[in-house]
Amino acid sequence: MTTEALDYSLLKRLTQGFGPSGSEEGIAEIITAEIKPYCDEIYRDTLGNLIARKNGSQKKIMIAAHMDEIGIMVTHIDEHGYLRFTTIGGGHVNELPHQRVYFRNGHMGIIGVEKLEKPTDLKLEKMYIDLGVTNRTEAQKIVEIGDSAVFNGPFEQVGQRLSSKALDDRIGCFVAIEAMKRANSSYELLFVFTVQEEVGLRGAQTAAYALEPDLALAVDVTLTGDTPKTHRMDVKLGHGAAIKVYDRSMVTSPKIKRWMAEVAAREHIPYQWEVLEAGRTDSGAIHLTKGGIPAGVISIPARYVHSPSEMVDSEDVAAAVQLLTALLEDLGPEK
Amino acid sequence: MLLKKLSELNGASGAEKPVRETIMELIRPYVDSMFVDKIGNLIAEKSGRLQGPRILLAAHMDEIALMIIDITGDGFLKFKSVGGIDPRVILSKPVRINESITGVIGAKAIHLQKAGERRKTLGFDQMYIDIGAKSREEASQRVALGDYAYFTTSFAEFGDGLWKGKALDDRVGCAALIEILQKDYDFPIIAAFTVQEEVGLRGAQVAAYHTNPDFAIVVETTVAADTQDRTEDEWVTELGKGPALSVMDRSTLYNPKLIRAVKELASAEGIPLQLRRGGGGGNDAGRIHLSKSGVATIALSVPCRYLHAPVSVISDRDYRTLIALIDQILRSNLVKVL
Repeated sequence: MTTEALDYSLLKRLTQGFGPSGSEEGIAEIITAEIKPYCDEIYRDTLGNLIARKNGSQKKIMIAAHMDEIGIMVTHIDEHGYLRFTTIGGGHVNELPHQRVYFRNGHMGIIGVEKLEKPTDLKLEKMYIDLGVTNRTEAQKIVEIGDSAVFNGPFEQVGQRLSSKALDDRIGCFVAIEAMKRANSSYELLFVFTVQEEVGLRGAQTAAYALEPDLALAVDVTLTGDTPKTHRMDVKLGHGAAIKVYDRSMVTSPKIKRWMAEVAAREHIPYQWEVLEAGRTDSGAIHLTKGGIPAGVISIPARYVHSPSEMVDSEDVAAAVQLLTALLEDLGPEK
Repeated sequence: MLLKKLSELNGASGAEKPVRETIMELIRPYVDSMFVDKIGNLIAEKSGRLQGPRILLAAHMDEIALMIIDITGDGFLKFKSVGGIDPRVILSKPVRINESITGVIGAKAIHLQKAGERRKTLGFDQMYIDIGAKSREEASQRVALGDYAYFTTSFAEFGDGLWKGKALDDRVGCAALIEILQKDYDFPIIAAFTVQEEVGLRGAQVAAYHTNPDFAIVVETTVAADTQDRTEDEWVTELGKGPALSVMDRSTLYNPKLIRAVKELASAEGIPLQLRRGGGGGNDAGRIHLSKSGVATIALSVPCRYLHAPVSVISDRDYRTLIALIDQILRSNLVKVL
């Protein structure tokens, strides 16, 4: 199976969009504009999930990729205009100092640190955001308490590798969009671009309840074990799309993972097995919805996840698009 | 006084009956129907003049308390906390078990402690409740394993319009709901007095599922740390500055559009409002907003000092303005546009 070269300008726009958990509108707009010609109905639900329906009959297949990214939220503005903040999603405290953050209105702030007695004193409470202003009134013209911001991480293509902030999980959104453009199925396809995955798989939970699909496939990033002296994990960049076997939220049913691998092998799509000892994804919430929903996950191997410089391999991305397309086309009344 | 009456009732997680029965008597004249669901939530419905969105108001009836888990050979009671309690604040406090038995939370007196012991904080396992019994047999005739022990703080006014009492978390919310139910609104209202919030938002999960609301307002108390040992950025909320609207906590990211609408409404009506600053904690909203296919949810709280202690403190002004704001929300476009 072949795929024409993927247009990464869409991925660049997706990764550089503003979408911390709870404020995913900007990403939903980019996706809506892109997918309109390829689906029959688009709407957003109560929590903000973007749902795109491709009409079909008999069975409903849900494809989930999350729109939200990790970020920070302002909790206090002091008299000198410095902000205190909390993290949204799994940001590492050690990696916060001196990063640039951007608010929805485009304003930039720099994360500063109070004087520390020793390095282990680095706590969230010791950090602040410097907006470049001198007092509270000026700061309040730019931000309010409760505003969120995202990290700065430009999109770069280095050889066949891609690096940016928010590849977790705009790469999943990208793969779902590209599969939507390509896949033909007689079944109803429900592409759900979910919200609030990073804070607890929340969007996927309510979407799965409302849609009640017969099968769900999530697309998200996974970690790798192919960098110097890292944890042991048998997933490598450039070795194909990963088929999830296990993570903290789900053990994939043998029937589903076998079917996914069979389709990949038949179509000559490179794939690898993923056993993730930390981390969860939308299928974890979906597969426990109502009386249980069969679910699988296609993962895109990624390094430096939850940093401004996440990295994926374009061959793996292409494989994920091919695999998702092939899986959707393989499903039919005879299966 | 309503708040005093509710505060002084005993109703731990899993044992909310006294609170529930009192609330049922108080609201009976004002609601069209009420029932107790299988987990113990009290659900009251009041129809409006119009058909409209189903609005859920939720406050939890349960309070933090202690549970007896063992009786020693010499008649002392060992206990655990039901809900989160700081062991440092309960030592030497009187407690009441089964409404009539008085006990005192005891531990080794300071004179008997070695120097090293004095520097350490005592845990629950080093404390006991002394009910004056001389043996396990004698204690067993008066209490059973699984019985609850409650703090005995009486409710009172002090300072400039402040109230102190036990179980303000969340009898304050219950009292606010009762006052709201006495008013009439255009749209139907469902009031859920929930159980088992302190042990994991359990009642709210069940209530949200079967009441199936379109919009929910969780009425709570929240941390006010505006005290001498904290700097302003650590206050979370302040006493006397009005109800606190939640933006984010561990269980919920609140909808920015709803937050904006509530802020604009409060500002237009001249009702003081503060934002709850900080991302920790959690409340019934965490379960309600994820119920079924999702529920638009906000949380409004009365700022409360010394939360989860034998005595907490709130401001009467915050309580009054909380009710005024809920009243305005229920009369506003915020409800009508849903």
